[in-house]
Amino acid sequence: MEGLAYSRRSFLARALAAAASLALFRRLSKAEASVRQAPGQAVAARPHRWGMVIDLDRCTGCQACVVACWAENNQPLPSPEAHRAGRIIEWMTLLPSTEGEYPAVRQRLMPVPCQHCDRPPCTPVCPVFATYKNPEGLVAQIYPRCIGCRYCVNACPYTCKFFNWSTPTWPAPMEAMHNPDVSVRPKGVTEKCTFCHHRLIRAKEQAASDGRTLREGDYVPACMQVCPARAIAFGDLDEPNSAASQLGRSPRRSLLQEELGTRPKVTYLAEA
Amino acid sequence: MAQPRDLEADLIASMTRFSRPFFLLVGFLLAVIGFAAYAWVHQLRDGLVVTGLNRPVFWGIYITNFVFFIGISHAGTLISAILRLCQAEWRRPITRMAETITVLVLFIGAGNIIMDLGRPDRALNVFLHPNFRSPLLWDVTSITTYVTASICYLYLPLIPDIALLRDRLPRRRWFYGALALGWRGTPNERHRLELAIAVLAVVVIPIAVSVHTVVSWVFAMTVQPMWHSTIFGPYFVVGAIYSGIAALILAMAVLRKTYRLEAYLKPVHFKNLGLLLLVMTCLWTYFTFAEYLTTFYGHEPDEMTIFWAKLSGPYAPYFWTMAACCFAIPLVILSLPATRTIPGMVVASSTILVGMWLERFIIVVPSLINPRLPVPTSGYTPTWVEGAITAGAFAAFLLLYTLFAKVFPIISVWEVEEGRQRGIQDTVERLTTYLPEGEAPPAPATKTAWEWSR
Repeated sequence: MEGLAYSRRSFLARALAAAASLALFRRLSKAEASVRQAPGQAVAARPHRWGMVIDLDRCTGCQACVVACWAENNQPLPSPEAHRAGRIIEWMTLLPSTEGEYPAVRQRLMPVPCQHCDRPPCTPVCPVFATYKNPEGLVAQIYPRCIGCRYCVNACPYTCKFFNWSTPTWPAPMEAMHNPDVSVRPKGVTEKCTFCHHRLIRAKEQAASDGRTLREGDYVPACMQVCPARAIAFGDLDEPNSAASQLGRSPRRSLLQEELGTRPKVTYLAEA
Repeated sequence: MAQPRDLEADLIASMTRFSRPFFLLVGFLLAVIGFAAYAWVHQLRDGLVVTGLNRPVFWGIYITNFVFFIGISHAGTLISAILRLCQAEWRRPITRMAETITVLVLFIGAGNIIMDLGRPDRALNVFLHPNFRSPLLWDVTSITTYVTASICYLYLPLIPDIALLRDRLPRRRWFYGALALGWRGTPNERHRLELAIAVLAVVVIPIAVSVHTVVSWVFAMTVQPMWHSTIFGPYFVVGAIYSGIAALILAMAVLRKTYRLEAYLKPVHFKNLGLLLLVMTCLWTYFTFAEYLTTFYGHEPDEMTIFWAKLSGPYAPYFWTMAACCFAIPLVILSLPATRTIPGMVVASSTILVGMWLERFIIVVPSLINPRLPVPTSGYTPTWVEGAITAGAFAAFLLLYTLFAKVFPIISVWEVEEGRQRGIQDTVERLTTYLPEGEAPPAPATKTAWEWSR
């Protein structure tokens, strides 16, 4: 009887150890596979973690970033009617806010793109995996799969996702001026800032054909490129010497609604 | 009662009599549904731009309807299952009506989600690419389970009645014959049927509770102010049962009049349900109070914006109408024996249904219109399309219910008959087991509390 109990115990222990090592092995091989399979990783060994820093002290509120984003990402031009109805699509949007009380009142404009949270509240709620966080930390949207339930939009505490209330239209000459790298979204799906993901793909292709890894400045979103005040910095947050990482360590740094624990990858630098 | 009534004959007479008002009603409902279909085609062609929805009010009346109709679905299966398990003898003429509401209204509720989708053509993606981390998929799972269980739970007790109709209505034999599954009513068959119903009654209760719990979790699992609440699960379940009983009472009152079922649906049935409704009034009020007081005392700025929008801001008319319709009016009507009559209960049930719809509306919209970041908003005014589709949803429910009552007996004939034959004896036997053994003491001279309450 005792011998039996011992052998059962040792059997259970071994079975448990075997199951644990199998689980660990599968986990490791899965992680390895995901690194291997990530697109464009042929040269770069380490996945990036893209992030943005917006210096509110430099920002003049000129809206160049907003316009650049429209043009770059094939967003329909907002009509006055759409604006009145609250149905414009503006991936990069200027949020007006009033601070202080009379007589020390300040009106501010704050550029707000998708925060590309490291713990996004919008991705787990999607019933069909149409929005997800990709291996490089970008929160992505799959337009052909989206069923248009707008749950992710409502779960986003930054209200930075947009819905196509109708089929987007452009004035005649602009139809021919679409960015060929960005798909035009049909009516009824959700969309949002992608950090100009198509530019990342282009940059990776270029780097691969040059036989090198991605360098700082290879991949720059349109809003940063056009900002005349150079208020926007962009780069790999895992690269300690990138401009975005360095600025992100500034004592003026803050995150939007940091208390919600979403870990946004857009950092704001307060006005000095 | 002077002479025993023949339920079978009464019901078959109502089922085979197609009067002018019946055709008028069906025609009217079809017209409303047709108009809703036109509105939906309009919405499919142009997109959700034809609704009043916008940024940040991404959800509106369709989601309100969804929550409302799924709530009503708790009328049936849950009430009927609980009453069956409690061996409440007065349930017998009610269960069928209740279960029918459940099954039909679940389809209407789920249909409203389809109306709300930007891409209804891709709705099946929830089965092709299911993300089980999403509360919406919990909804899909829970509601499909509930629909399946409710259909079984409606169908099983129908089988003996269908067999009855098969034998009594030869012209519809092809239909009832197939559905009766060769039922002959042998003791063996009866025993199995009763066992199956008993098992289903137990199974269906946790499913029903799960349904409105996960409906509430669609809201509560987000971090949005006044959605992210831990009591939303039970709060929604209580509200669902509350509106469900109200809908059941209304259906009973209407059928009693139109089908002349006064002999079967007696005031005592209404009174018992009315007492249940009173309990739910108190429970619902308690939950609402707990929810709002906790928010107020915590005084978080984001939540308080929405709190005041509801209590004294643009949504105050809705909030206080809800408070009157779900708390003040039914509490008074249902508490006073003088007003706890059938007309009184019809009034209370109607106000409860209005109030509960408003409750869902002021859960959905004010939270969305006051997001955490000060996004400029242009309000939310529903359009005729949303109105037409909502009217169509109600009309579709009424039409299906009307037609169901023409095709199937809306009162369970065999169960009422069983109550006559076995119920009294069973109840007496059961009561004796509660009492101490031996001779009964002499009857008390004073009235009991129960008699006083009448």
